[in-house]
Amino acid sequence: MAKQIYYEDVEVDTEITPLAKIATTRMLVQWAGASGDFNPLHYDEDFAKAMGVGAPIVHGALKRAWLGHLMTDWIGEEGKLKKLSCQYRGMDYPRKMKTMEEPHDGETWWCKGKVTKKYEEGGEHLVECEIWVENGKGEKTTPGSALVALPMRAKK
Amino acid sequence: MANGSLITDELRKMIGVTLDTIAFKVEEGAIQRYAQAIGDPNPLFNDPDFASKTKYGRLLAPPGFTGWPAKTGRPTEKLFVFLVKAGAPPRILDGGIEFEFIEPIGAGDVLTATTKIAKVTERETKLGKTMFTTAEVTFVNQKGRLVLKSWATIIQF
Repeated sequence: MAKQIYYEDVEVDTEITPLAKIATTRMLVQWAGASGDFNPLHYDEDFAKAMGVGAPIVHGALKRAWLGHLMTDWIGEEGKLKKLSCQYRGMDYPRKMKTMEEPHDGETWWCKGKVTKKYEEGGEHLVECEIWVENGKGEKTTPGSALVALPMRAKK
Repeated sequence: MANGSLITDELRKMIGVTLDTIAFKVEEGAIQRYAQAIGDPNPLFNDPDFASKTKYGRLLAPPGFTGWPAKTGRPTEKLFVFLVKAGAPPRILDGGIEFEFIEPIGAGDVLTATTKIAKVTERETKLGKTMFTTAEVTFVNQKGRLVLKSWATIIQF
């Protein structure tokens, strides 16, 4: 984890430290097991075709979990994630595997965000953020928002 | 079902009614496997020794994880079955989710999740006539504390 960020460190438009992710077929299988979501839409080529999405797609909930990772990394151990939401707008297709461990060359996804508002309420120092997952073409396939409370550098 | 509405009377009657209540334990190994699947090395979610020395006192669940399987604020199987039985269109997409994190969730917690349909709307989209159901799930821990609320959007067309 990066060093602790404080309320005083952020302003509107401050960028959240971006986080790179590479979805692979292997990762989708791992996610299916870890989350307990065994919908064949995410691992069975024929089923995915029959469902009209062409090929197995990345789980929306995995992209949502990536956004959780983005936020908990950014706010550090003393920050508090209060709200997180996202919409599954665009479909993403995982890279296939070249070896047991290595995926083929291809798309890299980025989890990104920026501060949209900061304010004090109920004794907390709150920061609202716009967050999203963008695909290799720069399209926001999973837009969302987050609300966090950050610690103060100077105690008032 | 006036005017070709997708929202049947049976479904309308179920808005606000509790559909499902389940209790389950948040296991340490399940948290670790979930963090690994995300690719999140944060020691709060991976290292019980580290986490036990923090103010949380135990391995923490990453945001949205409430125990295995698939209880991450998602509506349960039962809800999907119910929606289709109540006459909703059979093609289903996961539209998105909103979480309100109230208190930390960690290893050893026993959560009770209660699911209800909070809202049903419909409108014309590029998919045709489309129905949007918001399923609200509240999670209460073993101390009776409300720890998490989630609202999942189910798209049917």
